[in-house]
Order: sequence, then C-alpha cells, then structure tokens
Amino acid sequence: MEAHLRLEGVAKVFAASGRSAPVPALGPLDLEVRRGEFLSIVGPSGCGKSTLLDIAAGLLAPSAGRVSFEGREVRGATPPGLGVVFQQDASYPWLTVSENIGFGLRRRGLPAQAVADRVEEAIRLMGLSAFARAYPAQLSGGMRQRVCIARTLVTEPRLVLLDEPFAALDAQTRLLMGDELLKLWRRAGATIVLITHSLEEAALLSDRVLLMSARPGRIIETLATGWPSERSSDLLTDPRFAALTQRLWTALAPEARRALGLGSEAA
Amino acid sequence: MALAAGRAGIVLALLLALEAAVRWGAVSRNAVAPPSDMVAALLRLAGSGLLWRLAAPTFAAVAAAIALAVVGGLVFGLLLAASPRLRRAIEPLLLSYYAVPIFVFYPLLIVVLGLGPLPLVAIGAAFGVISVALSLLQGLDRLPTPILKSARLEGLGPWATAWHIRLPFAAPFVLHGAKLAVAAAFIGVIGGEFILAPNGLGRAIANAYNDFDNPLLYGLLLFVISVVTAVNLGLHAFERRLREQRGLA
Repeated sequence: MEAHLRLEGVAKVFAASGRSAPVPALGPLDLEVRRGEFLSIVGPSGCGKSTLLDIAAGLLAPSAGRVSFEGREVRGATPPGLGVVFQQDASYPWLTVSENIGFGLRRRGLPAQAVADRVEEAIRLMGLSAFARAYPAQLSGGMRQRVCIARTLVTEPRLVLLDEPFAALDAQTRLLMGDELLKLWRRAGATIVLITHSLEEAALLSDRVLLMSARPGRIIETLATGWPSERSSDLLTDPRFAALTQRLWTALAPEARRALGLGSEAA
Repeated sequence: MALAAGRAGIVLALLLALEAAVRWGAVSRNAVAPPSDMVAALLRLAGSGLLWRLAAPTFAAVAAAIALAVVGGLVFGLLLAASPRLRRAIEPLLLSYYAVPIFVFYPLLIVVLGLGPLPLVAIGAAFGVISVALSLLQGLDRLPTPILKSARLEGLGPWATAWHIRLPFAAPFVLHGAKLAVAAAFIGVIGGEFILAPNGLGRAIANAYNDFDNPLLYGLLLFVISVVTAVNLGLHAFERRLREQRGLA
C-alpha cells in the first residue's frame, strides 16, 4: 500500500529559554501512514504526540528530518487535502454552527448553493440539525467538538489528523462519536491519524496502533488490530478487544511509568 | 424590561421634582429653567431649523473623531499585538494616558491644524484611539491557540487572519472601547467648540451662557444629553447582544 504521509528522521527540540536547557520533545522517528488506513498513535502524557501532529500538519517546523504528504514535502504551510481536528474547542464563537462549518468552503470560493448543500449534509451527519443557527456558546462541549469535526470533514480532506478530539466528551458520547467517525471514514475513504491517550479508543477504532515512548517520543511498537473495516463499538464485547487492549497496555506501561518518574517495578 | 422601566421612572421622577422645585421657587429660574421650558425651547429650536444648523458641524466632527478613533485604535492595537516587544515598551505609557489633561494640547492643535474642524476631530479622537487599542489587545489576549491554528490550516496570511479571525473574535471587547471612544468624542468636540471654535453646539451653548439666554442654554443641553444617552444606550444594547451571543454576558 502507498505511503500517504511519511516522516523520516523527524525530531523536535524546543530551544532553551532563559536558564532552562533545550528540551528534546520528539524523536528522532520514522513513520509511514498508508493511504486509506485508520491509524492511532498512543503514548504516555507529554511524549510529544501533539508536537508530532503539529509537525505532520505543517504547523510546526521539525528540528531535524523530513515530512512528506502524497510525495511532496510539507514545509511551512499545511498542504491542500490535509485536515486537522484539535483537542481543544476551535469553533469560531462569532459564527453560527452552519457558518462555522461552511467557513473553509467559502474561503475556497465554492458557489453559495454548493456550500449550503454540503454544510446541510454535514450538519445532518453530525446530528446538529436543530442547532444550525445556534452559536457555539449555546452548545455543549461535545456539540462544539462535532462542529469542529464537521468543519474539517466538509472540505473532504484526503488525510485527517485528529488530536484527542473526544478528550472533552463523556464515555458514552466518546463511543458514539467513535462509531460516527468510523462511518465517515468508510464513506469518505480518507486516511485517518488519531492521536489519543485512550488504549480502548485506539484498539477499537484503528487498523494499526503505534505506541510511543516517554519523552522524547519515539515509536516503540506497531500493532495491527486485524479488524474488518465494517466495525463498531459492538467490538467492546469481543474477547479479542480485551486481549488487544491488554497487549497495548503491557507494551505501554513501562513508558507510562517512566513518564511519571516511577520505577519499573512500581506496578 | 422592568429594569429599564424602573430607570426611566427614576429619571422622570427627578425631572418632575426639578419642575416642581423651580415652579414653586425653591430653585431660582435664573439658575435653572424648568424641564418643561427646556423641552419647549428645544422644540422651538428644532422647528426653526436653527438646531440642525448648530448641530451639523458638531455631529460631523464627532462622527469623524469616532471613525478616526476606531480605525486608528484597531490599526494601532493590531500593530502592538504583532510586536510583543513594542507592546511591552509602550503599554505602561498607554495605561497612564488617561491621566493626561488632553485639552492642554488644544491651542497647540489649533496652531498646527488651523481654526477649523480638524483640531476638534483630533482632540475628539485622542482618547478614543487608546481605549479602542487597549480593548482590542484585551480581546486578542483571550484568543485561543486552536483558533489561530485553524486559521493557519485555512492558509490565512497575517492580514486575512486579522480580518477574518482576530477582529471578529475581539469584537465585543472592541465595542466596549468604542463606547468610551464615542463618549470621549462628544466631550472632546463639544468641549473644544466651547473653548475656541467659530460654530457648533459647544459654541452655541457658550454664547447662550454669555447672553443669559437660559431657555436656549438648557434646550441645547437637553438636546446634547438626549443624543449622547440615546447613542450610548444603542451601543450598550448591541454590546450586550454580542456578549450574550458569545456566552460572555
């Protein structure tokens, strides 16, 4: 399968500020995301997951290494066809739900009717039909996050980077949003890279799971889940799901302890 | 609604008390005209067309001062936001700007800009520029990083980000500064006319005071206060709506 996103020898060291020493935050690491796959990246807190995403999206320059998307180097700007959903609320508070979702489409100069049609469909898919004219301040945190997801997906990106998009949601909504994300992924055929700290989320949603070490984050293991593309949260009751989650934790636990400064025997 | 009715009731009661005090001799008519005479004088002024002739140059100068304060304040604020080092150097000076008795510069402004509307516009805008710039900075300081990252993902450059993201986000804060700019523009322009200007409402008020023309004096005062209050209430209502929309109320 063709590499859709490739990171080669990527590392990030944050420069010294004042008396503090330079902080090695990430890598060096190599990473290859295949076209059309659902890949999750899991790692302990502070391992550089979000830094990795910012570098992959062209929002942050790496200190070393090279990033390429669809064979072209990513440098200084986000390439067309790449969308990002952030962990924190990034909805525009001065725009209604439909205006938020249509922002990128209008910027691309699409005809008004085409924008309206695509926005309406995205609103319906996200279950926000009753709130099309509401402002973000009138929505719950989960609904605002759905607005941000819709705003990204409505532009039909070929690669979607999601940085813990469900972190602010309760457990039930997370499961439902995960199912919705799987449906959208199957429908759009896009490549998805999900950054998460939830082992269950990674095990449930992904084709492959990459595990990262404690800071500076490196890829320590890659696990293929073996799930068919037609999958959903029904897998929660599958014994293979429990086994997979256990395997992920067994591999990640030493790094999580290291990130917290605990000894290796502390478990 | 009940609160607004209560406020109107208090104003009405004070006006009635003043009317009674003047008519029953508790307050001299030479000092204060009864409110009914003020209203009658104002209606006569409006009917004769004199009011518009007096108010036109004043309102034109006030409008120009507000526009200058808002546009100048936004540009100044964006420049300071773009240059943290300049902001650190200048911000303490800006915060103490309100302590400067700006009217002392009025004669100097006349020497530089001539005896026309320009020095009035300059003095009317002087306070407002700073209040708009500071309120814009206050708003921009709260702009969440993910929103700025979203702007970069959309490929917006610095000016497009300012126009499509920074200014709309900071609008409720800017509006608060603009309210102060409007009040300062009225004070600056009418105060300037009062001191040294050939025409305008301030000049007419000063003339009426010198001529002991109390009905004209109070009619003009009532007009100025009514206009400023109406403008301020309108801006306040707009600001409240905007803040409620954003969940800032």
